Amino acid sequence: MSTQTTTRRKVANALFGLLAFLAIFASLVTLVALLFDVVVRGGSSVDLQFFTSAPSRIPAKAGILPALVGTLWVTTLVAIMTFPIGVAAAIYLEEYAGRGRWSRLLRINISNLAGVPSIVYGIFGLALFVRLLGLGRTVFAAALTLSLLILPVVIISSMEAIRAVPPSQREAAYALGATRWQMVRRALLPAAAPGILTGIVLAVGRAVGETAPLILIGAVTFVTFVPVNPFEDKYTVLPIQIFNWAGRPQAAFQEISAAAILVLLVLMFLLNLVAVILRARLSRTIQW
Amino acid sequence: MAGVSTAHRPDSAATTRRGEALIEFLLRASAAIGIITTVGIVTVLLVEAIFFFAEVSPVDFFTGTRWSASILPYAFGVIPLITSTLMIAFIALVLAVPLGVLAAVWMSEFASQRVRSIIKPVLEILAGIPTIVYGFFAITVITPLLKATILPDLGTFSALSAGIVVGILVLPLVASLTEDALRAVPRGLREGSYALGATRWETVRRVLLPAALSGIAAAVILAMSRAVGETMAVVLAAGTNPQLTLNPTESVQTMTAFIVQISLGDTPTESIQFKALFAVGATLFAITFTLNLISAWLVARYRNVYE
Amino acid sequence: MNEREPVTKPSVSQIGASAPSGATEATSASSINPALLLENVSCWYGGFRAVREVSLAIPRNKVTALIGPSGCGKSTLLRSINRMNDLVPGFRLEGEIAFEGTSVHSRATDVIDLRRRVGMVFQKPNPFPKSIFENVAFGLRLLGETTGIDALVEESLRAAALWDEVKDKLDQPGLSLSGGQQQRLCIARAIAIRPEVILMDEPCSALDPKSTLQIEELMRKLIRDYTIVIVTHNMQQAARASDYTVFLTMGDDRAGYVVEQGETGKIFTAPQQQLTADYVSGRFG
Repeated sequence: MSTQTTTRRKVANALFGLLAFLAIFASLVTLVALLFDVVVRGGSSVDLQFFTSAPSRIPAKAGILPALVGTLWVTTLVAIMTFPIGVAAAIYLEEYAGRGRWSRLLRINISNLAGVPSIVYGIFGLALFVRLLGLGRTVFAAALTLSLLILPVVIISSMEAIRAVPPSQREAAYALGATRWQMVRRALLPAAAPGILTGIVLAVGRAVGETAPLILIGAVTFVTFVPVNPFEDKYTVLPIQIFNWAGRPQAAFQEISAAAILVLLVLMFLLNLVAVILRARLSRTIQW
Repeated sequence: MAGVSTAHRPDSAATTRRGEALIEFLLRASAAIGIITTVGIVTVLLVEAIFFFAEVSPVDFFTGTRWSASILPYAFGVIPLITSTLMIAFIALVLAVPLGVLAAVWMSEFASQRVRSIIKPVLEILAGIPTIVYGFFAITVITPLLKATILPDLGTFSALSAGIVVGILVLPLVASLTEDALRAVPRGLREGSYALGATRWETVRRVLLPAALSGIAAAVILAMSRAVGETMAVVLAAGTNPQLTLNPTESVQTMTAFIVQISLGDTPTESIQFKALFAVGATLFAITFTLNLISAWLVARYRNVYE
Repeated sequence: MNEREPVTKPSVSQIGASAPSGATEATSASSINPALLLENVSCWYGGFRAVREVSLAIPRNKVTALIGPSGCGKSTLLRSINRMNDLVPGFRLEGEIAFEGTSVHSRATDVIDLRRRVGMVFQKPNPFPKSIFENVAFGLRLLGETTGIDALVEESLRAAALWDEVKDKLDQPGLSLSGGQQQRLCIARAIAIRPEVILMDEPCSALDPKSTLQIEELMRKLIRDYTIVIVTHNMQQAARASDYTVFLTMGDDRAGYVVEQGETGKIFTAPQQQLTADYVSGRFG
């Protein structure tokens, strides 16, 4: 092999490495640009008044109080509903269902549901919860819809957490005469808890940022009061508020839209932080 | 051992067993919610779409090239909506696939453990940012940037901006799924190539990419499904102008954007427009569902080869 | 000691010890009312037969060692006794395993109850990611025990020769212990619910020589109250720690079968079969 070819090969290799690095670098730059844009545009609008006021036709007086309360309502209800059902479904699929045709269908179905566009969940929620069940355009209907949306994510991440528990743990419990449920409750779930909780917090984070399905469930863009009763009151949430302001041509509205994005991102960052801390604390004692 | 009679205690075995059966029933019911949801979605979309097709013939719907749901004379030919949706998805993939695959290759073959531990979270953050934020980014940064540089005549809304922002949005998905596929390639193949004196680039091009091909294809298909179903970024960036065009600088309306437009207004639920929402939703669901199935099939294929 | 079954525990150990030599030990063992009796046991994984027609009698309050080359079905056989193989899809058993005169695999047998009476220690120590105390208390809590747990935990840890090392740190995670300590913790966990038999599946294969010796000494102590069946790769261990030895090997069909069984001393010094002689002298396996 001539030195010339070797050199060419080395150059090609170096060029490719550079190209690949640039690809990553581009994503980094995008993230920085996105955050920079939001902070520069909206940073100055985030003050106490912004948190304590309702939206207004005058941008300077507008605030996010109803939207923030709406988001907290929806998030809390989603977490409460998805946690037991998601974990229960994951336990069933991993520990009870076996490997038959039925369980295969269930598994494929779950991963397919995870890929259904969120707006389709919105259509379904509109038809089922708002109209058929007559729940109306309420926080509760929105929470039900978002719960269905993130349930596949919760189930998949819980299944992964359960699968990561070594089989020896199951054997240890069974060998001590545990019934299947005793094994699950006393050996499996404590060991899988860090992974399960992390997955749930991250999935709930996804629900916090969802917009499209809630447009169908009738989150109203102009709500000036704080929703108190999740089964009755009209409501709005942060992403909808952002959407409403972002679509207006005036720069002042875009600024408060950016400010609301900032609040939303901080909220999601806090949720992620909770996930990281949970994972670290709970898994401290678990090292297989 | 001191006399403690723990075993053989009448620990009400029958009660325990009945409890076990009840618990299993509850767990099974939870798992069945997935199936119920799927059946529910399909039923709702089909039933409501049938109401729509009672008024508009399916042939007109699927072959019509004019969509006008708000301006008389009404026309419900879905081709413009599908074309715009696919155009934006195509622009997104042109951007996201090369960048995403390169990023994945860099992470799995070039980056050190330390660097990867920084880059991976960055991609996860990008993937976790709500799409409404990307929409905002499109109208405040991408469109003005395009206007200021290469396309001074670009309007406020364009398929191009939407495509670019959706590309940014699906890039982390392409990167992480491709990385999974590359990692599934057995070590032996890599070592075999390096042992023959191949450079990293040669190993990537001649061994890894071919071996991971169906996994990468799965990633691309799934990214396409995401792009087709993407809503908020597209509504904000591409606008709501239903027209049949392949010009990416035009303002267009995607299927998802139409659904949003109808739900935002005070459209009466008995109106033909509202019924059209379900017909478009059913079409969207059918397209994404098919793409997801293809992707899952491709993933199963590469898993079968190496596991 | 173990007052649960005072009547059925006569001084069998003496009978066992003075069992007549000459005749095959299997008969002598069975003649003294064995704790476990295996008759014509075959184990299948789907279409593959892993164990072929094994008949054994496991004498009470003795250590019985199952030895043989890897893959000869020792562990499969052991795990059939407390039906851990039920968890393996496609597993099937033919023949009969009787524990205290009752069939282990019959429909009427409560597998949960069986596993409470037949404890198990695994190849790799597998403590739960809980405190030392909670590890030992695990089985008691399964039984709904609420009182006297402290005393039982201490007693079990003492019996497993671990108490002195851990008495000041019972709330520390079980996984913080050394490998040998973890294995003794697992033994304490197994004996906390007072089983009658303890099955040990290569309990020392992941341990250093010192910990191995500790476990072997412990086994010698435990047979005052328990019947122990141990699977081991280590022939010195079988020779040192067991009273009876069963040698299995693989046939041409890869199914394990019993070549020879008897008092450990006999098997190692005067084996009847050439295969056994080859194996114990290290010429094979």
